[in-house]
Amino acid sequence: MTTLASVFEKARSEGRAALIGYLPAGFPSKEGGIAAATAMVEAGCDVIEIGLPYSDPLMDGPTIQDAVHRSLTNGTRIADVLDTVEGVAKTGAATLVMTYWNPIDRYGAERFARDLASAGGAGTITPDLTPEEARPWLDASAAAGIDTVFLVAPSSTEPRIEAVTACCTGFVYAASLMGVTGARETVSSAAEGLVKRTRPHTDLPVCVGLGVGTGRQAAEVAGYADGVIVGSAFIRRLLDAPDEAAGLKAVRALGEELANGVRT
Amino acid sequence: MTATEGSLLTAADLAGGGVHGDDPDTRGKFGVFGGRYVPEALIPALDEVASVYAEAKNDPAFVAEFEHLLRTYAGRPTTLTEVPRFAEHAGGARIVLKREDLTHTGAHKINNVLGQALLTRRLGKNRVIAETGAGQHGVATATAAALLGLECVIYMGAVDCERQALNVARMKLLGATVVPVENGSKTLKDAINEAFRDWVSNVEHTHYLFGTVAGPHPFPEIVRDFARVIGVEARRQIIELTGKLPDAVVAAVGGGSNAIGIFHAFIGDEGVALHGYEAGGRGLESGEHALTLTAGSIGVLHGSRTYVLQDDEGQTIESHSISAGLDYPGVGPEHAWLKDSGRATYHGVTDAEAMEAFSLLARTEGIIPAIESSHALAGALKLGRELGPDATILVNLSGRGDKDMGTAMKYFNL
Repeated sequence: MTTLASVFEKARSEGRAALIGYLPAGFPSKEGGIAAATAMVEAGCDVIEIGLPYSDPLMDGPTIQDAVHRSLTNGTRIADVLDTVEGVAKTGAATLVMTYWNPIDRYGAERFARDLASAGGAGTITPDLTPEEARPWLDASAAAGIDTVFLVAPSSTEPRIEAVTACCTGFVYAASLMGVTGARETVSSAAEGLVKRTRPHTDLPVCVGLGVGTGRQAAEVAGYADGVIVGSAFIRRLLDAPDEAAGLKAVRALGEELANGVRT
Repeated sequence: MTATEGSLLTAADLAGGGVHGDDPDTRGKFGVFGGRYVPEALIPALDEVASVYAEAKNDPAFVAEFEHLLRTYAGRPTTLTEVPRFAEHAGGARIVLKREDLTHTGAHKINNVLGQALLTRRLGKNRVIAETGAGQHGVATATAAALLGLECVIYMGAVDCERQALNVARMKLLGATVVPVENGSKTLKDAINEAFRDWVSNVEHTHYLFGTVAGPHPFPEIVRDFARVIGVEARRQIIELTGKLPDAVVAAVGGGSNAIGIFHAFIGDEGVALHGYEAGGRGLESGEHALTLTAGSIGVLHGSRTYVLQDDEGQTIESHSISAGLDYPGVGPEHAWLKDSGRATYHGVTDAEAMEAFSLLARTEGIIPAIESSHALAGALKLGRELGPDATILVNLSGRGDKDMGTAMKYFNL
């Protein structure tokens, strides 16, 4: 398993930010998703977040909602998510699961942490798990040796940033804006300020996501953050492609553009 | 103005949860239930709502203004009506209705929205958003927004927009924007998701006027406190009418706000049984129901730990009910807590049983109830037969049935 620590160490030694790509499992199909994530890694993604499709994705915008809905309609189960993690981890990328809390809660925190670690997963991002409710998951993750990534937001007060970063291992996810996932024309100016406010609270890398979708935006964010997170823009390429082969090609092209971005 | 003698409620009534030691703790937990499972971006807004509300509920001027609106605008206090001809079908037990159907806009929802609209103003915000299923909470919210001059956007599942076209028109007439939600199951739960997405994007000037005692802390507490007036009045009134406390208090449970509203003032009265009736739809075995407390399992939905209709992997299962207002796969965390502590008991009532009670009340008493409330009436019929003729049962008639005439015409071939 490739760890987050080793990814950020490598990126730092190369004098660049890390590139983190997101795709929900089972989209456009189980195998197609693994192929797309593999293309993302080959194009330069250091970390892949595999989304665990959930029926009520209340912090996701229309693009991810659409992909997740298709995945659930395809019948994606947690076993498929873990298979996807296993397939993607083989590429050598650090592989995370991004999920709302209820599926883990239902599956069992200890069992999920153990099964994710067995599949080669490096950790999780849990956007609706607050520090106040996180203890069972922190314990289970620590026992399984996987990282726990939580989000800070532009609205976070200093005590909240302190509480959230205290739960994080691997990196801290800074949500660039007040809103849902989805590519935007420009990266919110709030992002840089949030990264700066987060630094004094933690030695962990701070990565920026929400609204990043082009090489130029990636370069801009790489100027102040340790990692650039892109999700909806990759999914959009797959949704808009006439077939899976064209989708893979478009995903690879975007991955290369973003990989160049984090290196400039 | 200040609270006068004989007020509908006082600051102590509003803050009355603490009397029985059943307020949620600082994390918003009722036992293991409740809490907050939301994106971090919303935490400061929830903290702000909680702290402004904590101030407001102890501010006599705020309570007096709320009380004034309840009295002069909503039409409180609502009366009790004893229904002996209906009760003949319940083994002769005394059945007394709390007439929330007589409030302005025709359902108990007005109590909560007036309180939260005042809170919105106190928060310094000028826009409210809300979710709605049947449209009753949307209509009530649009009403309060019109009254206080707030911009109002209502999220409503596209399926529900079609089922409840009349309420869509009412909301528009009241000046609200109605946004049909096309994703997921296109019903209430998806409308809630969409309202949360709006809120996180516009939280600086927008209050999410949540419609039931579910959702993240502090909504379950705030909505309960504003609905609490139902039980505070009814407790006083039933003692005046019968000289004693009732043997049982009965209400329908969807998200649970009308039920908690009438239950809450009776929680400390050990001799009073509390019975909630959920929508059994086509029956438990059919899988088409909204029996969250009766047949669901513990999980997290819409920011709160509670009972949820979910599959073995935590995916929400779509609920079904002839009544749009009870068609929700979650339930307020305080009900989950009342169930597990044994203080309240929850049961199912099928579509057919509810519709029978709906038509029975109309024919025997000249009152057309909401189909939601008809679930409580059907529950009272069963309970009366169990308890016998000496029992007194207080039923929350949470709304009137005008909005349900389309469903009734189809169901009864009228």
